[in-house]
Amino acid sequence: MDWVPIAWLGGIAFGFAVFSVVAGALTGPRRYNRAKLQAYECGIEPTPQPVGGGRFPVKYYLTAMLFIVFDIEIVFLYPWAVAFDSLGLFGLIEMVLFIATVFVAFAYVWRRGGLEWD
Amino acid sequence: MNDTASLLADDPWWLIAFKAVCVFGFLVVITLFNIVFERRVVARMQHRIGPNRHGPFGSLQSLADGVKLAFKEDLTPSTADKVVFFLAPVISTAPAFLAFAVIPFGPEVSIFGERTTLQLADFPVGVLYVLAIASVGIYGIVLAGWSSGSTYPLLGGLRSSAQMISYEVAMGLSFVAVFLVAGSMSTSQIVAEQSDWWYGVILFPSFAIYLVAMVGETNRAPFDLPEAEGELVGGFHTEYSSLKFALFFLAEYINMVNVSALATTLFLGGWRAPWPISLWDGANEGWWPLLWWIAKVVILIFVFVWLRGTLPRLRYDQFMKLGWKGLIPVSLAWIVLLATVLTVRRETDIDTRTLLFTFAGILVVGLLLSFVWDAVAARKEATKLEVRTAPRQRDAFSGGFPVPPLPGQSLDEPARQPAHSGAAAPDAGTTGPDTAQEGDRG
Amino acid sequence: MSSSMYDARPAGADDPFEQTPLGDAADEGASEGRVFTVSGSDWDVVGSSDPDSHIGEERIVVNMGPQHPSTHGVLRLILEMEGETVTETRLGIGYLHTGIEKNAEYRNWTQGVTFVTRMDYLAPFFNEAAYVLGVERLLGISDQIPERANVIRVMLMELNRVSSHLVCLATGGMELGALTVMTIGFRERELILDIFEAVTGLRMNHAYFRPGGVAQDLPSGATELIRRNVDLVRSRLHEYEDLCNENYIFKKRTVGVGYLDLTGCMALGITGPILRATGLPHDLRKSQPYCGYETYDFDVATWDTSDAYGRFRIRLEEMKQSLRIVDQCLERLAPGPVMVEDKKIAWPAQLALGGDGLGNSLDHIRHIMGESMEALIHHFKLVTEGFRVPPGQVYTAIESPRGELGCHLVSDGGTRPYRVHFRDPSFTNLQSAPAMTEGGQVADVIAAVASIDPVMGGVDR
Repeated sequence: MDWVPIAWLGGIAFGFAVFSVVAGALTGPRRYNRAKLQAYECGIEPTPQPVGGGRFPVKYYLTAMLFIVFDIEIVFLYPWAVAFDSLGLFGLIEMVLFIATVFVAFAYVWRRGGLEWD
Repeated sequence: MNDTASLLADDPWWLIAFKAVCVFGFLVVITLFNIVFERRVVARMQHRIGPNRHGPFGSLQSLADGVKLAFKEDLTPSTADKVVFFLAPVISTAPAFLAFAVIPFGPEVSIFGERTTLQLADFPVGVLYVLAIASVGIYGIVLAGWSSGSTYPLLGGLRSSAQMISYEVAMGLSFVAVFLVAGSMSTSQIVAEQSDWWYGVILFPSFAIYLVAMVGETNRAPFDLPEAEGELVGGFHTEYSSLKFALFFLAEYINMVNVSALATTLFLGGWRAPWPISLWDGANEGWWPLLWWIAKVVILIFVFVWLRGTLPRLRYDQFMKLGWKGLIPVSLAWIVLLATVLTVRRETDIDTRTLLFTFAGILVVGLLLSFVWDAVAARKEATKLEVRTAPRQRDAFSGGFPVPPLPGQSLDEPARQPAHSGAAAPDAGTTGPDTAQEGDRG
Repeated sequence: MSSSMYDARPAGADDPFEQTPLGDAADEGASEGRVFTVSGSDWDVVGSSDPDSHIGEERIVVNMGPQHPSTHGVLRLILEMEGETVTETRLGIGYLHTGIEKNAEYRNWTQGVTFVTRMDYLAPFFNEAAYVLGVERLLGISDQIPERANVIRVMLMELNRVSSHLVCLATGGMELGALTVMTIGFRERELILDIFEAVTGLRMNHAYFRPGGVAQDLPSGATELIRRNVDLVRSRLHEYEDLCNENYIFKKRTVGVGYLDLTGCMALGITGPILRATGLPHDLRKSQPYCGYETYDFDVATWDTSDAYGRFRIRLEEMKQSLRIVDQCLERLAPGPVMVEDKKIAWPAQLALGGDGLGNSLDHIRHIMGESMEALIHHFKLVTEGFRVPPGQVYTAIESPRGELGCHLVSDGGTRPYRVHFRDPSFTNLQSAPAMTEGGQVADVIAAVASIDPVMGGVDR
């Protein structure tokens, strides 16, 4: 039952968004021009790009992987934080150990220049 | 399940629908308001007037813009991935609306005779829900950039994905302290816990980290790198036009409201009246809290505008450095510190004052150390500078090309060299004498 | 630039500023038979992203410009990037080519001013001054220019320097994302353009300097207006310092960015704020004075960091120095003629405000139409045909806001120039862009190009 209001709001929001996208295509004028359909490249004939946009630099994947590591850490931190009062000293020590472990990895990445962007 | 949740569970279906429509309507209206508000305020900051033609104080300007956009041609580049290109604005907009569902903007009131609270839904994991929904919104931007099939949107999409996930980590970490103190992840519970002190005060480091992260998360100046018009033209939405573009615009402004509303809920006491007003007993009753809540959100929006009027844009690597090397370690350290303090307070009978003094002492020592550090660094810098300042005598050819002496320098008399050894710079022979003369004059 | 910069040098010459030669890949690309908008040297390789022609697979070729918000008009930057890092920068120019130099050969010497003022459209008075000084030197009348005309010239040039620097700071600020810097920059520029409008009737493209002096005297009330606006501008200059000088983000974006040291400047012929940012106080107003600059009291601003931040600070300081010079000009403005005595050169009709707003002086019309046949003939000959300039050639250089603005004039003795050529500082300075930007990030390219402050009207002419 908790999710019913979300479903209502989601329905309205999706309906509105889809309606707008469709309406935009219908209400606007349509005057064909080859140049209009070209990708924007500052008024120059677009440079042919490799199919699929080429490969993304590996740097972005590194960031994504780091993000996952930390996201998982956060996911563990949340229930611990909520139940903090009932866990006592043991909970604190456990979590400090956990944070320290992840931080060691983080420090390693930092030291190896994994966080540099050039 | 707390009171709010049980109260909400009793809502009849028509009330749920009514509230959903109201939340939707509120978000659309406040977006229209925010756009005008931002333009008017930033205009004032820049000694301009801003839009003032449509409606009183130009208040209908954004509506007029929206209508105009609807009647613009809807272009899809031939290189685009049509389906994804079509879906991206939808994926970007809908979650922005959805994230608002768990925000409480008032206490118990009566709507058409039905007792309920001013909140659409209340989960035990409300804040987690907001984070999850916000992540879905990122897909919209990434897909928009990727599906356009051209360079600028691709770069903008890549940038924004890396940027938003980086700042989501910092944002998520800043919540941990709130959960620690509140003992709950439910938004209504967190607001209820703040009846004495706002978390923005007692958990100030978390609040500060959240404020930075929220600007980064919404791609607003000075962190507006994905759409940095000076570099990437329009970023991920370069190829979008007509209402598709309007949807991205809408999503950005709704996200601003979302993060502001979340900041209000978690750190600024939610709908609770601020201090001088809270002395009045009726301040937190009935419909008044809605006013306090809107005021707090608008103040945060004003902060967004203020930042835009003041600061240049950060460079990408500097921005990522701030996130990964600044906010995240500081967040982690702060969480450990806070948890330690809370445990010490609970497990031992050291009273809070001694604890506070201890930490104040540590802070002062830390500050002193940082000053010493700065002084040492400055001295190092000074010695380096001395090395860097050019010598009195200067070999004009040391850089591979003849240069005139700087003020206070004299030229080293160069040894007579055979003509062909000037090959290091092919045109040295022709321009050399001229520049030397110029230097003598200057 | 493609031909002049890259063709003239032997590929692979041992020069620190030469691009890394791309090897035989250039030939492969050329044999494809593609049609490119630019050609010569290794352009086709740079412009294409044929995966075979390069080793790095993660690279993206980005065309920044000609229609891009941050390229100061229609500059085209071809950036080869790996992620956010720029590995290669090439410049494409010519999108604003208007044939000004060639056109000037088909108009008489006086009309040339109207052409050249349109080159570097942010600094029109400097274009006019360089040209006019050249013509005067060919005519041999440099010493006969009335004092008042020289003072007016200096005053307008210095005001123009301020307005040009303001645009540089404003657009540069905008490109870094500092929108307020842009709006206040254009606000102050407006005050100066008001002065120009009052004096010349136009806000840009004035054609106000003429060989022999200036087109007409200052209108009544001009000095008060100048004094008032200059005071206002001076009182507001601190706002730029407050917004930027110690702004953490601004410094992060500019300090150490776009680095070009003295050797680099010398090798590439860079002048202006970029050169002065290396610490060399090279300023033609001091080292080769013209228009009586040697009699004015001002300092040459320098900085020692050779980066975009230093150039920004130099421009701020130069604006203050320029206003100082304007003050001195206002003190020196003594009544007197603003055109040479020689009636064979001086424009015959002084303009005067008529009943219809503006027009020829009625006294002059009465004189030529009703009193003197010789005066009419003289007027007709001078206006339609123009004066003759003795054969010879001359190179005059002045310090424009962007650096050394040189004008090379060749006369064959006729009433029109045989050749007019400008050494525009924007053009020369622009070739430092690759040296400044390669190896940096995309955002640094923007900051570096903004600190070069190229004006495409001057680059392409």
